[in-house]
Amino acid sequence: MRSPTIDQVAGSVFAAFSLLVLWESRKIPFGFLAEPGPGAVPAILAFILLACSIAVVIGGRSGKRVAELQWTEWRHAVAILGMCAFMALALERLGYRLSIFIALLALVSIAEKKGWIAGIVFAGCFSFGSHYIFGTLLRLPLPQGPFGL
Amino acid sequence: MIETLHSLSLGFATAMAPDVLLYAFVGCLVGTLVGVLPGVGPLAGISLLLPVTYGLNPTSAIVMLAGIYYGAMYGGSTTSILMRIPGEAASVMTCIDGYAMTQKGRGGAALAVAAMGSFVAGTLSIVALMLLAPPLAEFALRFGPPENFALLVLGLLVLAYMSSGPMTRSLTMAALGLLLGMVGMDTMTGLFRFEYGLSELGDGIGIVPVAVGLFGISEILLSAGQDTKRDIRTPRLRELLPTRREWRESAAPIGRGTVLGFLIGIIPGPGHIISSFVSYSVERRLSKHPERFGHGAVEGVAGPESANNSATTGAFVPMLALGLPSGAVPAIMLAAMMIHGIAPGPMLIQEQPQLFWGVIASMYVGNVVLLILNLPLVGLFVNILRIPYSYLYPSLLAFATLGVYAVNNSVVDVWIMTGAGLVGYVLRKLEYEIAPIILGLVLAPMLELNFRQSLAMSAGSYSILFERPIAGTMLAVGLLLLFLGMRPILMQALKWRGDAGLEPAASGERKENP
Repeated sequence: MRSPTIDQVAGSVFAAFSLLVLWESRKIPFGFLAEPGPGAVPAILAFILLACSIAVVIGGRSGKRVAELQWTEWRHAVAILGMCAFMALALERLGYRLSIFIALLALVSIAEKKGWIAGIVFAGCFSFGSHYIFGTLLRLPLPQGPFGL
Repeated sequence: MIETLHSLSLGFATAMAPDVLLYAFVGCLVGTLVGVLPGVGPLAGISLLLPVTYGLNPTSAIVMLAGIYYGAMYGGSTTSILMRIPGEAASVMTCIDGYAMTQKGRGGAALAVAAMGSFVAGTLSIVALMLLAPPLAEFALRFGPPENFALLVLGLLVLAYMSSGPMTRSLTMAALGLLLGMVGMDTMTGLFRFEYGLSELGDGIGIVPVAVGLFGISEILLSAGQDTKRDIRTPRLRELLPTRREWRESAAPIGRGTVLGFLIGIIPGPGHIISSFVSYSVERRLSKHPERFGHGAVEGVAGPESANNSATTGAFVPMLALGLPSGAVPAIMLAAMMIHGIAPGPMLIQEQPQLFWGVIASMYVGNVVLLILNLPLVGLFVNILRIPYSYLYPSLLAFATLGVYAVNNSVVDVWIMTGAGLVGYVLRKLEYEIAPIILGLVLAPMLELNFRQSLAMSAGSYSILFERPIAGTMLAVGLLLLFLGMRPILMQALKWRGDAGLEPAASGERKENP
């Protein structure tokens, strides 16, 4: 069996999303078509998204197939997204300097295999240097972690 | 005219203030770097640097962001000409003849022609912007909610029509952006929608985390792992002077590129990219020796480079005069204006003349700064490419996180950025345009408010959207574009009907071809 096309997969995902929005919109007062309430425009937009998604699926029957896609950079992408998630989790717990230091060290030394010394020097200079510029000089309120770091 | 000159002098007084001048310079410098670095286009650059402007006053912030935008257009040509690496998409056409000139030892001349063309186009298009924006804004003052609604719908439809790929894809992206814009408090009733108990979502999904994620993080994700060593060659200063013949051959393409670029830039869509492609085709068609194109024709550098700079300025016309962004970069700049408490729209010129004319005047100054900056420092900018990407992208990532967090001191925004980065990465892999998402997100609250106000004005009658001449005309044009864009789908549906034997003509055809 041939793999589905990109448009068939993407269109189906968008259609599912629009149905989810329609389902969630039921909790918000719709009003009337002549006097729309807060739920009316989201519902109308979800219908438009659904219609467009169906059109994408129909129009994309002969397009590029999902199996043809190359995901060569996926390891790096996972590492980067993982570090973004780590920073979101750690920023207010470990503080700016420590979170950024760990994230950069992991990316440079582990994901990019540049060695631990290079990673420590780079991550240390960037995290403390950027904190000095933005936190101290420009007085941006950056989160602090344990030991005032 | 005298009034315009008077306003311009007011603008120059603002633009020449030391702090504004400094930010114009910084914007141009950063923009050039953004343009030079492959993989960091003006969109990703502005998204990543938007948070830096929070501490600035509105004029300095907009001046700096505008500097980054048109600075990136200048910078993009450098690597295209010297190394055949387009720093950003609009410089792709410059690669062809620019690099061929470098191979013939005329790389310096190509850089000079590109810089001069950009300067002339930039300056002339600012004159056009200055003359066109105020009357357009004055005209737009007649707009009520139905006209505003029609204008926003038309803007989205034109963008979807102009986008590469099928219109249905772009409309899907725009609808997705508009839906994201529905999160948060309903402005007319105060009711919260889709906030799921998160107080941070009460004000809606922030434009900054979505823009940084969709454009900045997705760019980093796509380019990760590409650490290639590059052969870098910088021309000497004396090589930068074009010959008289080269100047003569460049003059007309620069003029044509300026006009074409400005007109294309006004239309919603990726004007700076389209204009350089159109300009290249026009120059090749008009040339007496089209066979020279691709082998180092100076017209192939002068035209596209002038056009993409002029288009950048053209994009400011609907943004400053109507509050309607014509693409993703103006949408982000519009978001920056809102963050600084400025209401974009036709009232901007009247209510904030200092900002409007200050931005205009700073563009004149910026063009001079770029000309002075680009040619003598070309060697320095090219050397930026020696920074390994394995160190560059972690820095960009940390900087993006810092900037996004600093907007509201909220980790929810960092999560939104991460999610938007993943979505942007996947969508770009699937070759979907993501610019309509950000445009939809920016326009959603305005679109909803004007829609509901229009219906309130007409006691619930939808005819108000079509009866008023301006609104009716704009919606009719929008519907026409929608029809034109959807024609392939309609034709396919008709073909299927025919294949299924639902139409007599088609069944007849089938009989002939069993």
